[in-house]
Amino acid sequence: MRFLARRVIASIVTLLVVTMLVFGLSRIQGDPRSLLISEDATQKQWDALGQELGLDQPVYKQYLLYVTNLVKGDMGDSTLQRKPVAEILWSRIPNTAMLAAAAFAFAILIGVPLGVLSAVKRGGFWDHGVRSFAVLGQAMPVFWVSLLLIYIFAVGLNWLPASRNTGWTSLILPAVALGWFGASGQVRILRSSMLDALDSEYVRLARGKGVSARAVIWKHAFRNALLGPITFAALTLASLITGSIVVETVFSWPGLGLLAVQAVSNSDYPILQGVILLTTFVFVFVNLLVDVLYMAIDPRIRIR
Amino acid sequence: MTTPVAEPVLLNTWSETARYSRWRLRRWPISSIVILSVLIVSAVFAPLIAPHDAKLGDLGDRHIPPMLFGGTSDHILGTDSLGRDIFSRIVHGARISVVVTVVALGVGGIIGTLLGVVSGYAGGWVDEVIMRIVDIKFAVPLILIALALAVVLGPSLGLLLGLLVFLVWGHFARQVRAEVLVIVTMDYVAAARSCGASPIRIMYRHILPGVIGIVAVVGTLQVGAVVLAEASLSFLGAGVPPPTPAWGSMVAEGRLYIATAWWVSLIPGVVIGLLVIAVTLLGDWLRDRLDPRLRQIQG
Repeated sequence: MRFLARRVIASIVTLLVVTMLVFGLSRIQGDPRSLLISEDATQKQWDALGQELGLDQPVYKQYLLYVTNLVKGDMGDSTLQRKPVAEILWSRIPNTAMLAAAAFAFAILIGVPLGVLSAVKRGGFWDHGVRSFAVLGQAMPVFWVSLLLIYIFAVGLNWLPASRNTGWTSLILPAVALGWFGASGQVRILRSSMLDALDSEYVRLARGKGVSARAVIWKHAFRNALLGPITFAALTLASLITGSIVVETVFSWPGLGLLAVQAVSNSDYPILQGVILLTTFVFVFVNLLVDVLYMAIDPRIRIR
Repeated sequence: MTTPVAEPVLLNTWSETARYSRWRLRRWPISSIVILSVLIVSAVFAPLIAPHDAKLGDLGDRHIPPMLFGGTSDHILGTDSLGRDIFSRIVHGARISVVVTVVALGVGGIIGTLLGVVSGYAGGWVDEVIMRIVDIKFAVPLILIALALAVVLGPSLGLLLGLLVFLVWGHFARQVRAEVLVIVTMDYVAAARSCGASPIRIMYRHILPGVIGIVAVVGTLQVGAVVLAEASLSFLGAGVPPPTPAWGSMVAEGRLYIATAWWVSLIPGVVIGLLVIAVTLLGDWLRDRLDPRLRQIQG
């Protein structure tokens, strides 16, 4: 329980640090009033708005107000669209979630079988093939893979749409581009932990007892090899959220990532800040979830 | 009289693992070394190697395909949408990649190593505080923070370097700390302590030399991550501002013309990939060579 409590506190501290950072940056950027008020406003209107936004208070109070508003779900208004940030973010979440889920599914469905295959057939043709796939997936920039896929499947073969969300077929290319990276990492981690497990005493014992090869691989080795890959799967999920920024930009996929990049070119800081906070929250939450999962799988951690 | 020496007990001498890794160690990663040498030479002698100006092009020469795809030998890798020679831009772009990697890993490596040594040696609340800071570092979505900083401060080389230093220091701190926890239990550390050596002296003379190996391995494995992060940041416009050529921004500039001029963005991407593969293989080799136990450390 102490372990869990510590992790929860650490997560809250992380969130606080990020909010401070984002808040600090917004203050460096300038007086928020200059974006909200028309140029011919009187000094009186200027001061009134300052009072309304709490700008006459000391900085720490402003920060407290900011955090209180965040907790209430108020992230301010977009400077460009003049709509609440929360509302805009909300409308983009389904697209990013769909993309991340599809990419994650691709990473697991491709990564896990290939990782096991590579370890079981070590040194053979399949092992080399799978490892090349993994090295390429981790070495090629995600945006390059995206462009290559567009060039081959959208421009060359004209099988799949190259951009925007126009039905489920437009999900395929971005999901593969994003999932390949995750699949590669999964392959590398699973391969090495499977090799360790296959080389262990208990697997040799199982083999000696005459357990079938399939049962040895899946029941004895695979289950024990899972701890590393599970952490990695969670980290993959987190990296998918970041990777989706690049992929969404290339495919003009209308999710949070594209929103963030557009916010950069429009200098729409409130939107960018909203995406950062939301992403960090998901990031931190996923990490916490992994720790809990870890505790459930490996009882040794509970003692610490 | 000979002192009896304990024979090393070799468990599983027949094991495939041992044979396999021995076989692998004998081979030097020649291709990696060649690729990296070419890269460093291009970075250093970029103005001498590049046949054309990297920042200025002739608009009349835009989108000339590479030599093997119908272009001329004047522009072996073709030209981009502003008529600039892609080969020259790649050669000059190597400078950015090399500078960024060396500085980020140098500074990040030193910060991370020092924190790791102090954390592992001091233990207690110092260790707790440093490691929690590392945890926070890993929980922050760097690329988004980078975008925010680029909006507020404007993109620059300094900002890019700062972000990449921030990206790497945590890995060094974690791995070095783990290694220090092992070294601290060694007899020679206890001996130094009983002789009255100060903590600073112990850390510097007795612990630091022991972590150099792991620092080298982590450093090499991080090169790929740094190069990819730099490329992604440049791609998103948070890297070195144009017209300075960086490989990531070259891919970004060409992406709108992917249907008509694929080479503009696909060729620089291949170069990024080659570099990352080369350093990854070198890192794997170095890790296996220095200490096969480290196999769990992934880039």
